[in-house]
Amino acid sequence: MASIDLQNITKIYRDAKRKRDLLAIDDVSLSVQPNEFLCLLGSSGCGKSTLLNMIAGFEKPTTGTVTVGGKPVGGPGADRGMVFQQANLMPWLPVWENVAFHLRLKGWRKADRRSAAQEYIDMVGLRGFENHYPAELSGGMSQRVGIARALLLNPQVILMDEPFAALDAQTKMDMQEELVAIWQKQRCTVVFVTHSVDEALVLGTRVAVMTSRPGRIRELIDLDLPRPRDITSPRFNDHKRHILNLIREEGMQQRSVAAA
Amino acid sequence: MTALTKSWERLAVPLFILAAWEVFSRSGVLPQALLPAPSVVLHTWADWITGFDESSQANSGRWLADALSSALRVAAGYAIAAVSGVALGIAIGWWRWVERTVEPTIQMLRPVPPVSWIPLAIIWFGIANKPAIFLVFLGAFFPILMNTIHGVKTADRNLIRAASMMGATEQQLLRHVVFPAALPSIFAGLRIGIGAAWMLTVTAEMVAVKSGLGYVLWDSYYFLRYDLVLAAMASIGLLGFATDGAIKLLMSAALHWQHGSTLQSREG
Repeated sequence: MASIDLQNITKIYRDAKRKRDLLAIDDVSLSVQPNEFLCLLGSSGCGKSTLLNMIAGFEKPTTGTVTVGGKPVGGPGADRGMVFQQANLMPWLPVWENVAFHLRLKGWRKADRRSAAQEYIDMVGLRGFENHYPAELSGGMSQRVGIARALLLNPQVILMDEPFAALDAQTKMDMQEELVAIWQKQRCTVVFVTHSVDEALVLGTRVAVMTSRPGRIRELIDLDLPRPRDITSPRFNDHKRHILNLIREEGMQQRSVAAA
Repeated sequence: MTALTKSWERLAVPLFILAAWEVFSRSGVLPQALLPAPSVVLHTWADWITGFDESSQANSGRWLADALSSALRVAAGYAIAAVSGVALGIAIGWWRWVERTVEPTIQMLRPVPPVSWIPLAIIWFGIANKPAIFLVFLGAFFPILMNTIHGVKTADRNLIRAASMMGATEQQLLRHVVFPAALPSIFAGLRIGIGAAWMLTVTAEMVAVKSGLGYVLWDSYYFLRYDLVLAAMASIGLLGFATDGAIKLLMSAALHWQHGSTLQSREG
C-alpha cells in the first residue's frame, strides 16, 4: 500500500507577458496514508489541481518533494491511476478497448485484453456497452469508462480531478456511491479534487480545505461519519457549517486584500 | 427518400448539361469538329475502348492500356507521397526540432508549382514513367504533409496525458494516440492529394511521356480530334471520381467511430 508525501511544496509560475512571478502554491506539506480517501477542497484557482498534477507527474514543484510509496515522482506512470474532469477516452476505440488501453500498450493479445476488461466493465456497471464508442455514451457513462480504465491498472493510488463536476445531480450521487463501494473493495489510496463541500463530505475520510492564491492548506478535517453518509444528519451539517465558515472568512480576507 | 429519387437527384444536373450541349452542338452555331456533340464523343470513346469501328483511328481499342498506364503512374507517385507525407508530417508535428530544421525548406519548396519541375524531371529521369511519377509525388505530397501536420498539432493533449498516465512511451503515444487522432485530417489530405495526382499525371503525359490518357489527349489535339480530346477528359474525370470514391470508402471504414458525431456521418 502506497502512501503519498508532499513536503514543503511551492509552485511559482512565471508570467512571461507581464514579467512577474505568480506564487500559486505556498509551502504545502501533506501526507496521505494508505487506504485513505483524501478530498482536496478549494475554490477554482486555489492550486488543488496543480497539487494533483504534481502527484500525477504532469507538473514539477518549484521547490519541495513529492513521493509516492517512498519513491520520488519522476513523471506520469501506470503505478498511479488518474481520472480526469473530462473522461478523455480515445474516440476511435470501443468501450472495452478504452478500458484495456493499458494492456494494449503492454502488447497483450486481443482476446486476453477483452476478457481482462470485462471485470472492470462489470464493476462500473457498463455490461452491455462493451462495443459502444465514446460518442455514443452519456457523460456519466464516459466517466465510468474512465474510472474502469484507471482501476484496470490495479494502482495503489487513484487520483481524481473533479471527475463528477460535469454530471447532473442524480448521476453524480449514484457515481459517488459507487466510487465509495469500489474504494472499499479495492483498498487503494484516493486523492480526490473537488470544489463541492457536499461532495468532499460524502466521499472523504479526510478533507483538506485549501486557501486560494497562494494555495495553502487551511485546515485538515478528519471525518469519522458512518457510511453511507447521511447528508441531512446533524453531524454532517456541523462539518459543512464549519467548512463553509472557513471558506467565507477566506473570501472576506481576499476581498479586503483586493480593496487595500 | 427512395433510392430511385436519390439517384435522380445525383443525375439531374449532368443529364441537363449533356442534353443542352447536344442541342447546342447540333444547332450549327460552331463547326461540329470544334465542339462535337456528346453522342459523337460517346461513339468515339466506345471505339477507343472496344475498337468496334476504328473511328478513333490509331487509338482504337487501346483505352484500357492508356487508362492503366496513367493509373499506375498515379498509384506509384501517390503511394510514395502518402507514405512519406504522413511520416514526415507526424515527425514535424510532434518534434519541435524536426519542425525547426525541416519545415522552412519544405515551405519554400511548396509554392513552387510542380509543373515547373518538368525540365529538371526530364533531365534527371528521361522520358518515361519516372518523371511522371515524380510529378505526381510532388503534387500529392504537400497537401498530405500539411494536413498531417495539422492533424498532429490539433490532437487532444488530454488524450496524450491520459495515455502517458497509463505508461505509454513516446513511440506508443505516436502509434496509439497521435496517429489515430490525426487520421481525420490525414484523410482530408489524402483526398486533396488524389486530385492533384491525376492533374499531374495528365500534365506529365502531355509533355514528358508517350503513353497514357494525357498523351492521347494532347496528341488528338494536334490532329484536331476534339471528340477524342473530350473523351480523354471525360475518362480522366471518371477515373479521378472513382479513385476519390475508393479513398472515401476507405475513410469511412477507418473513421467509422465518427458515425453519429460529425456532420459527415449524416449522409449515412
